[in-house]
Amino acid sequence: MIGGLFIYNHKGEVLISRVYRDDIGRNAVDAFRVNVIHARQQVRSPVTNIARTSFFHVKRSNIWLAAVTKQNVNAAMVFEFLYKMCDVMTAYFGKISEENIKNNFVLIYELLDEILDFGYPQNSETGALKTFITQQGIKGQHQTKEEQSQITSQVTGQIGWRREGIKYRRNELFLDVLESVNLLMSPQGQVLSAHVSGRVVMKSYLSGMPECKFGMNDKIVIDKQGKGGTTDEPGKSGKQSIAIDDCTFHQCVRLSKFDSERSISFIPPDGEYELMRYRTTKDIILPFRVIPLVREVGRTKLEVKVVIKSNFKPSLLAQKIEVRIPTPLNTSGVQVICMKGKAKYKASENAIVWKIKRMAGMKESQISAEIELLPTNDKKKWARPPISMNFEVPFAPSGLKVRYLKVFESKLNYSDHDVIKWVRYIGRSGIYETRC
Amino acid sequence: MTDSKYFTTTKKGEIFELKAELNSDKKEKKKEAVKKVIASMTVGKDVSALFPDVVNCMQTDNLELKKLVYLYLMNYAKSQPDMAIMAVNTFVKDCEDLNPLIRALAVRTMGCIRVDKITEYLCEPLRKCLKDEDPYVRKTAAVCVAKLHDINAQLVEDQGFLDTLKDLISDSNPMVVANAVAALSEIAESHPNSNLLDLNPQTINKLLTALNECTEWGQIFILDCLASYLPRDDRESQSICERVTPRLSHANSAVVLSAVKVLMKFMEMLPKDLDYYGTLLKKLAPPLVTLLSAEPELQYVALRNINLIVQKRPEILKHEMKVFFVKYNDPIYVKLEKLDIMIRLASQANIAQVLAELKEYATEVDVDFVRKAVRAIGRCAIKVEQSAERCVSTLLDLIQTKVNYVVQEAIVVIKDIFRKYPNKYESVIATLCENLDSLDEPEARAAMIWIVGEYAERIDNADELLESFLEGFHDESTQVQLQLLTAIVKLFLKKPTETQELVQQVLSLATQDSDNPDLRDRGYIYWRLLSTDPVAAKEVVLAEKPLISEETDLIEPTLLEELICHIGTLASVYHKPPSAFVEGSRGVQHKRLPPRAGSGESTESPDVGQSGPSEAPPAVIPSQGDLLGDLLNLDLAPPTATVPSVQPSMQMGAMDLLGGGLDSLVCSSPMGAGLGAAPAAMPASLGGAPAVGGGLGDLFDLGGGVGMPTGSYVAPKTVWLLAMKAKGLEISGTFARRGGIIQMDLSLTNKAMSVMTDFAIQFNRNSFGLAPAGPLQVLTPLSPNQTIDVSLPLSTSGPVMKMEPLNNLQVAVKNNIDVFYFSCQYPLSLLFVEDGKMDRQVFLATWKDIPNDNEAQFQIKDIHLNSDVASNKLQGSNIFTIAKRTVEGQDMLYQSVKLTNGIWVLAEMRIQTGNPNYTCTEPRIVYANLLHSQ
Repeated sequence: MIGGLFIYNHKGEVLISRVYRDDIGRNAVDAFRVNVIHARQQVRSPVTNIARTSFFHVKRSNIWLAAVTKQNVNAAMVFEFLYKMCDVMTAYFGKISEENIKNNFVLIYELLDEILDFGYPQNSETGALKTFITQQGIKGQHQTKEEQSQITSQVTGQIGWRREGIKYRRNELFLDVLESVNLLMSPQGQVLSAHVSGRVVMKSYLSGMPECKFGMNDKIVIDKQGKGGTTDEPGKSGKQSIAIDDCTFHQCVRLSKFDSERSISFIPPDGEYELMRYRTTKDIILPFRVIPLVREVGRTKLEVKVVIKSNFKPSLLAQKIEVRIPTPLNTSGVQVICMKGKAKYKASENAIVWKIKRMAGMKESQISAEIELLPTNDKKKWARPPISMNFEVPFAPSGLKVRYLKVFESKLNYSDHDVIKWVRYIGRSGIYETRC
Repeated sequence: MTDSKYFTTTKKGEIFELKAELNSDKKEKKKEAVKKVIASMTVGKDVSALFPDVVNCMQTDNLELKKLVYLYLMNYAKSQPDMAIMAVNTFVKDCEDLNPLIRALAVRTMGCIRVDKITEYLCEPLRKCLKDEDPYVRKTAAVCVAKLHDINAQLVEDQGFLDTLKDLISDSNPMVVANAVAALSEIAESHPNSNLLDLNPQTINKLLTALNECTEWGQIFILDCLASYLPRDDRESQSICERVTPRLSHANSAVVLSAVKVLMKFMEMLPKDLDYYGTLLKKLAPPLVTLLSAEPELQYVALRNINLIVQKRPEILKHEMKVFFVKYNDPIYVKLEKLDIMIRLASQANIAQVLAELKEYATEVDVDFVRKAVRAIGRCAIKVEQSAERCVSTLLDLIQTKVNYVVQEAIVVIKDIFRKYPNKYESVIATLCENLDSLDEPEARAAMIWIVGEYAERIDNADELLESFLEGFHDESTQVQLQLLTAIVKLFLKKPTETQELVQQVLSLATQDSDNPDLRDRGYIYWRLLSTDPVAAKEVVLAEKPLISEETDLIEPTLLEELICHIGTLASVYHKPPSAFVEGSRGVQHKRLPPRAGSGESTESPDVGQSGPSEAPPAVIPSQGDLLGDLLNLDLAPPTATVPSVQPSMQMGAMDLLGGGLDSLVCSSPMGAGLGAAPAAMPASLGGAPAVGGGLGDLFDLGGGVGMPTGSYVAPKTVWLLAMKAKGLEISGTFARRGGIIQMDLSLTNKAMSVMTDFAIQFNRNSFGLAPAGPLQVLTPLSPNQTIDVSLPLSTSGPVMKMEPLNNLQVAVKNNIDVFYFSCQYPLSLLFVEDGKMDRQVFLATWKDIPNDNEAQFQIKDIHLNSDVASNKLQGSNIFTIAKRTVEGQDMLYQSVKLTNGIWVLAEMRIQTGNPNYTCTEPRIVYANLLHSQ
């Protein structure tokens, strides 16, 4: 199991050091600093073995978090734990920065004591932690016996992510379907790979212990219902359903029920959390198509023309469009002409960045640039990194639709109809690249 | 909140100030001071001088302050054990507190204080907490048992905590169950034979129930524990799989990977024709692909595991090639792993796409990645024959880029392509020759030289090219020198007239001016061959070479099986068994997959009484270094051991091996005497020959470290009969002594195209009369590419004939195709009988009677074991310690061994404490690689 946990600043100074196992000594702290942090670029793996001691590290801005062990631990678990720890810290004090860590070091030690025992991760749900680890630190004494046992039963209980007795005057929930569409396209316009990775994020402000059921246009479910011969026009719903390659759920979802009936039922945590993640690869709507044309004119000049086409309903508007066209390292000057938006050559980033605020569907726009090159005797050809794109569209490129989210709370007197529900779809570019 | 100010105090006299503040009456000031102390501790300053003052702050009702003081205690208690005792009262009191959070905090902290005196006081509170009414306290106490076990294992056993812990598996609270499982699994690792977990269908059922209800971390503990269970039959296996599959949709990647581990393992038991088997295969792919959208570090772990899964069951991901395409912004470690998997998945169906990608990658920035991409193109060519032509032309395109490292890498792989498809692509040689000058890496130079030599007859100026390399012969690396020597000899054999001078030159450079023995030897061999029999030389040097195989970098199957059992863990990330990177006994037991469903009997004769699935005989093929270590070393020494019987006694010269390493190279001839005993006359019954080679395998093994004695050492299987020499039948095997019965464990592999049947085995007469005690049980026909493991019990009642070396065994195996012969050597320890413990008095008397010239001494170096551990280890192999005494700080062990033919061997082993050398005087026993943890 995890033998110790260290947090360093970018210089390699220790901000937090907590040792859980006897086989990890103070020298481990230094070993990581010398061999990993100070080695800079040479680190080629997130797992490093130094003198039979294994170090796992992740970086958040310029802070290093390292877990250390001498045993054959579950490596996936260690990384999951490190991410979780970042989440917990962020939930407590915001951004993970040197200053915030120094300001909250007592709290961090307290958290580390609670969420990792002898190197075994324990309940790390912030909802539960916040009931008894507070920045005031003096809770403990003023709690009644009932409060205490409520805390402990929540921390260890089956529903460790939600406490009892939550009350809202207005029962409300927000569902965000957030998708990132990823594309790798060849210069000829052939799709090399494309997938959507989506997340359903829920903000729930519901009283009591509500039982929720979530439904979407999952092909498997719709087909099953279609066979059963129930409800609305089967032809239409069949077309609208989507094939989900795979999905994963927040731990509140009853996985065995999903496995057997493919129904998504759960008691949600209070506040914001990620209900599910999914991935689709079939019938993806690619919101933009990028058509590049690069021509080398002699050894010192490059002509680039890029056309982008929006490919969705004309009534919808895409926003925050940004096209990034890489330029060679030996670029000496660039002249750009674009029909829409603004384009600039950014020498420090070796790219032309073309920004368009808004663009409706079924439109097209183009940019052309002349790039002057310094003559070099570098034999190596320019690697021609792909043209990448960023954007945001108000629909789900996978075609996913939320069909329902039903709320049942038998003990309190509000029903599904009383809950105010909001659904929003946002499609963003993930890694959206076209080779040129 | 500006706690950061505590980090900035660096004044002198700070400690005194802190001391004053800690003793202040004001609560706030006290707390401030403790915070400063903790901050100093964090940055590595020694604040242990404040121990009493900090401990004084412990009695407080401020929980935050209390936690800080506890943190301090955990850090410094060890250095101040006497003062730490001051804290005990508070702990004991806190364990009785009304608030469950405080009870848990106390028991959690107490377990982290590694001071014996405190540990004693911990037992009672811990016992209460294990039965506390509050689950939070119970789950904390469960982990505390593991802590206590780490400090004092005996205490935990004596106090009966293990049973209490086992009871917690039936606890009503899922988190308590999960922590109890975690603690038990950890404790069980250090007691390989204890059967502590005692998994049976009932407990499994409880675990599976808790699995649905506990936290993500708890699910990981439970799944990892489930993976070590061996279901009774395929039905049980299927029902567990069915209950584990829902975990594949968990958001936590570690839960998913641990579930994959359980499924991969239990799948092994399902018959392949079962519908469910196919369903399961299909279910595995999507979650594995989803892991690739996790954070990069997790992707890396996932990819390393997928690499194993793809080797074990390629069918799972064969349609998922695209997801492994490299993204421009992937971190380099992810890119390199993806590339590996792409090659593994490459097939005729997707090769075009793969090649297009690889070509793209070959123009990227990162040098390592580009090299690997170029190499991958070569591997594609070798793997998918239809693509070879396209690969070659892609490589030529890359050579045209003139990027130095790309060119070099391309030449290295083209050499391999030539070796796989001779006489097909030689037209490209001209292009290659153009780049001769730019090659500066030894591997590329060697590859180019090989090509020139191999195809010398088609390259007009081959002699000029090779001559140009010859100029700086002595500056070249050995690899290039050897290659150059061979290439010029080939050239000479092909064009003898023009190149006589050149060959003279290289031969004299190699033989006269070189310090490298390999080079000199090769030079002399060529020279003599050429001067005595040019025709023979031609046959040798220009012989047809075997084609290179398709997959050169596959993980060896037994290692792969073991790694599959470690999916998700560090072992799977390193692709090494845990014993390679974990110190001590923890986690070094080898795990293996359950026996395959339906494929004949599952061999490995059941390990009587002590076997869980994970304790089966070791199955890892050692790396080369280990193999050397295993080689056995026995020198025959003069007869000494007088035996109660009339038999003339025999001595075995002893050797090293405590160390495992090069110095344990076997010497099966008197040459080995350098290490040990002088050659000596053999006892009459065995003839007068001196040396005995072979014999004691690694009874000890340094690498294994402090293992527990677990019975006699079993060497890993080695190949005895090559498929090439036996019409496709490959036999590998080893010997083992289990429960007093000698067994020969064989793996028969059919590498031919046709089915093999009618197996039988026979031994030639041998030194100790070993003979098969029954027929070779191969019941089912051995179909192509199938491997069957068989255990053959041996008796020692066969005819005796002295062999050279003594432990040599000649074997004949017959099947429907032919009869094949091979010989192998068995470890002498195989013949050490269980009743080899000599009576003390007899030992003394016998010892004195041994003539001096029957005695030999040798040293075993670099063994870091104390005499007890060593003695235990040896006892596992029936080498019994009769007495022990300590003289001048050195432990002396007196030991006896009895062989199956009644010969006794006596030994004295001296252990110098502090100096890891063992000196054995003795009637030569050989303590070959003494300690092996298995």
